[in-house]
Amino acid sequence: MTWIEKTQIMDADGIRRALVRIAHEIIEKNKGVKNLALVGIRRRGVPLAQRIAEQIKKIEDVDIPIGILDITLYRDDISTLAHQPVIHRTEIPFPLAGKKIVLVDDVLYTGRTVRAALDALVDMGRPEFIQLAVLVDRGHRELPIRADYVGKNVPTSKREMVSVMVKGIDQDERVFIREFTD
Amino acid sequence: MKLVIRGGWIIDPAQQINKKADILLAEGKIAAIGEGLSAADAQVIDATGKYVVPGLIDMHVHLRDPGLEAKEDIYTGTRAAAMGGFTSVACMPNTRPVIDNISGIGYVQNRAQSAGAVNVYPIGAITKGSEGKELAEIGDMVQAGAVAVSDDGKPVSNAQVMRLAFEYAKMFDIPVIAHSEDLYLAEGGQMHEGYVSTVLGLKGIPAAAEEVMIARDCLLAEYTGGRLHVAHVSTAGAVEIIRRAKARGVKVTAEVTPHHLTLTDEAVRGFDTNTKVNPPLRGTADIAALIAGLKDGTIDSIATDHAPHAFEEKDVEYRYAPFGISGLETAVPLVLQALVHSGEMKLEEVVAAMTLQPARILGLDKGTLETGKDADVTILDPAFEHTLDPQRFVSKGKNSPYGGRQVKGRVVATIVAGEVVMQEGRLLK
Amino acid sequence: MYLRGKDVLGLENMTPEEIKLILETAGPMKDIIRRDIKKVPTLRGKCVVTLFYEPSTRTRSSFELAGKYMGADVVNISTSTSSVVKGESLRDTVLTLQAMGVDIIIVRHPAEGAAQYIARSVKAGVINGGDGTHEHPTQALLDMFTIRQYKGSLAGKKVVIVGDILHSRVARSNIWGLNKFGADVHVVGPGTLLPPDMGKMGVTVHHRMEEALEGADVVNILRIQLERQQKGLFPTSREYARLFGINQQRLSYAKPDVLIMHPGPMNRGLEIAPDVAYDERSAIEEQVTNGVAVRMALLYLLSGGGNIEISN
Repeated sequence: MTWIEKTQIMDADGIRRALVRIAHEIIEKNKGVKNLALVGIRRRGVPLAQRIAEQIKKIEDVDIPIGILDITLYRDDISTLAHQPVIHRTEIPFPLAGKKIVLVDDVLYTGRTVRAALDALVDMGRPEFIQLAVLVDRGHRELPIRADYVGKNVPTSKREMVSVMVKGIDQDERVFIREFTD
Repeated sequence: MKLVIRGGWIIDPAQQINKKADILLAEGKIAAIGEGLSAADAQVIDATGKYVVPGLIDMHVHLRDPGLEAKEDIYTGTRAAAMGGFTSVACMPNTRPVIDNISGIGYVQNRAQSAGAVNVYPIGAITKGSEGKELAEIGDMVQAGAVAVSDDGKPVSNAQVMRLAFEYAKMFDIPVIAHSEDLYLAEGGQMHEGYVSTVLGLKGIPAAAEEVMIARDCLLAEYTGGRLHVAHVSTAGAVEIIRRAKARGVKVTAEVTPHHLTLTDEAVRGFDTNTKVNPPLRGTADIAALIAGLKDGTIDSIATDHAPHAFEEKDVEYRYAPFGISGLETAVPLVLQALVHSGEMKLEEVVAAMTLQPARILGLDKGTLETGKDADVTILDPAFEHTLDPQRFVSKGKNSPYGGRQVKGRVVATIVAGEVVMQEGRLLK
Repeated sequence: MYLRGKDVLGLENMTPEEIKLILETAGPMKDIIRRDIKKVPTLRGKCVVTLFYEPSTRTRSSFELAGKYMGADVVNISTSTSSVVKGESLRDTVLTLQAMGVDIIIVRHPAEGAAQYIARSVKAGVINGGDGTHEHPTQALLDMFTIRQYKGSLAGKKVVIVGDILHSRVARSNIWGLNKFGADVHVVGPGTLLPPDMGKMGVTVHHRMEEALEGADVVNILRIQLERQQKGLFPTSREYARLFGINQQRLSYAKPDVLIMHPGPMNRGLEIAPDVAYDERSAIEEQVTNGVAVRMALLYLLSGGGNIEISN
C-alpha cells in the first residue's frame, strides 16, 4: 500500500500566475480592498494567503491584514481518530466584526475543512461576509460549499490525492496528483 | 495402616540424617528408616528424586476461626496448610472473640479434631481481649493445650504488662510471642518508611517502630528471665538487637516470614493491596540481614504469618485495605528460591528452620523422623518449575502478591500421623 | 505525538515528550479562554465526570470549565469519604458511571493510588485530580506551563518548593515534571514536614529559607494545613511563619525577577505575606487561568478513539 506520483498539474510559474489572477479577482469582485482581510487555513493556506496579500499590495498598494486559522478543534472526525492531531495557535490579529474575509486554503475537496473554518471564524466574531479562495478544486464535495476563487479545477478520483507544495513549508513549489495503490 | 516412602532422599536435622533411604510409617508413628524397607500390607509412595523431610511446622498462622470465617476457617486453613506441606500449625488468638480463656482453646481444639486436616496448636492471648491491659488466664490455657501466648496483630504497648507476662509465662515455660510495633511511631502507616513511601505518598512505618519494641522486650526478657519469641522480624536493626541479646544469654528466639525474605517495598509501587502487610515489606539491605540472621542462628525459624482476607476486603484503596498475606501455599517454593536455589543456605538448614526449630520453641514433640515419633512427613521436589496462582489456593484468602511468579520447588505430599492428606496437589482428606 | 495511555495518573511515569505535548497543546487552549465565545465543539457529545471525594472548589471548577469550554457535558459528583466507609465500594461507583456512558472520569480522593485503582477498573479515561499525598499531575503541569510562560524554558532554572513537602502531592508531581526538563529543584521546610530520602527524587533539601532561596528563579509556596500543627508536626503557626513564611526580606535572596507561585488557596500571613501574594512578580492568578488551559489540553488529548481516516 503506497502512494505513487501520477501527474503534475502546476509548476511554480503556474502557481504564481493562478495567485496573481485570484488577487485581481478578489479586488474586482469586492470593488477594492476596503475592510478586506485574508485568513489562511493551516498549514498551506497560510503561505498562499501571504502570496495573495503581496499581489494585492503590488496592485493596490495596501497592506491587507492576514490571519492564521487552526481548525483542528472544529473537525468533525475528532472522536474517530486514534490519536488527536497536534493543535497549533489560531492567530487573528484583527477584530473580525464588519470585515470582509477571504478564507484561503490549498485544496477544496469534501468541504469539511471549510465548514470547520467557518464555524471557527463565526465563534471569534461576526464578519460582514466570508469568501473562499483555493488553489485547487478537486471536486467530490460532501457539503454545500463552493469556492469564490479557484486557481485550477482538477477532476480527480477518490483514490487520488492532490499534493500542494509551497515554499515556506516545502522544498519544492508545485502541485501534483498521487494515487493510492495496493 | 502402613506406608513406605521409597527411594527418596531423607533429611532429618534432629538426627543429622542426610541420605538416600526408605522410610516406613506404621500405626501413625515412624517405624524405621533404612535400605530396602517393605511391609506386606503397606501402601507405597515412590519418592525417587524427591526429598523426604519431617512434617513442616508453621508456628504462626491465622485460621480466623471463630468469628472471621469469611477470611478463613479451620477446615480451609488446615487444608491450605496441607497444600503447603505443613503437618502442624500454631494459630494466633486474634479471632472474634479473642482466644483468651480455656473455652476458646477448647473450641479450636474441637474444631481442629473434627474438621482439621493437620495438627493445630492454639496460641492463647497474653492479655484479656488482647487489649494489652490485664493478663489473660494463661495458666488455664496452657493446661488446656496452649503452646504459647501472643497478642499478635497488636503489641503489648504497656511495658509493665509485658514484664508481668514474661514473669507469669515463665512459670509454664512457654514463650511470649511478641508482635513488635510502637503504635505511636507506626500510626497511620501503610508501608515501610523510606524512598518508596516518599514517592508514593503513603504514610510510612519506620524500621524503628519495630526495633524499639524488640529492644524493650529483649531487656524485659533479660530482666525477668522469661522467654521471648519475636514474631515476623523484618529489619536489619531488629536482627542486630536479637543477635546481641542472644549473645548476652537472653532467652530470645525469632522467626522470619517468606514474604520478608522475598519482597521489598518496591513491590508496593502500583498500589497492589496484596503487598500491604504488617510489618511492612522492607528494603534489600533488610533482606540481606534477615538471611544472614537465619544463617548464623540469630533467627531460629521460618513462619508464614498466614493472614487470609476476603476478596472484598482487599479490593479497595490501599489505605483502606487490611494488613496481611495469605502465605501457607507459597511458603515452600518462596523459601527454596530465596535461600536454597540462591546458594545462601543448605536445604537441611532450611528444613531445620521449618521443623525442628519451631518444635523446640513451642515445646512440641515433633519436627523429627526419629523412630517412634509421630509419622508427620513432608515430601518435597525442589526442582519442579511452576507459576504461582493465588486463584487456585485452597485457602479462602487469595490475597497473595505472588501471582504469576515463576518458582522452582513444590510440595509433593503431606503426611499427618501416617495418613496422606495431600498428594500431587490433591487433597485426600 | 500522542499520550501513551488512556489515563493521566501522575508525572512520575510520563515521558518528557508526553509532557511537552500537553504543555504545547495548552497554549492554543488558553487563547480560547480569552475569546468572547469561550466554547469549541471539539468534545461535543463527550461526557466528563468530576468525582471528588475531597472538598475542592478550585480544581473541580477548573476541570468543569475546561470540559465545558471544550464542548463536553460535565457532571459533578462530590462524595464524602464517609459513604465509602459505609460500604459503597469505589470500584462499584466508577463501574456505575461507566455504565452510564461516561468517557472521562476525573477523580480526587484522599487515598493514595485511588486514581490508579479506578483506571484499572474502567475502560474510560481517568485523570488524577489529586490522590492523597501521592500525585497531583494537573497542578504540576499548570505550574510548569506557568514557568515556561514567564521564563521561556525550565532547563537550568532554580525552582524552590517551600513548605509541607511531606503531605504535598503538588510537590511530588512538580519534582517529577521539573526534573524531566532539567530544572534545578530545591525543597525547603521544617524537618518534620520533609519525607525521608527526598534527595533520591533528584532535589536538594534545605532547612534554612535564605540558603534555599539564594539565586532562585521560581519560588513555589505550598499551603500549610492547620491540622498538621494540631498533630504536632510544627510547634505553632507563629513559629512556622517566622521560620518559613515568605516575605519581601526573604525574597530578596532570590533573583530580582523571581516568579512567585502558590497552588492556592493561600493562608496569607502564614506561609505567604500579603504583599508577596500581590507582588507584581506573582503569577498566582495566572496559574489559575493556565490550570483551565492545561486541563482543556488533557481532555482533548485523552478523547481519541477509533481509526485514523485519510483526509485531504
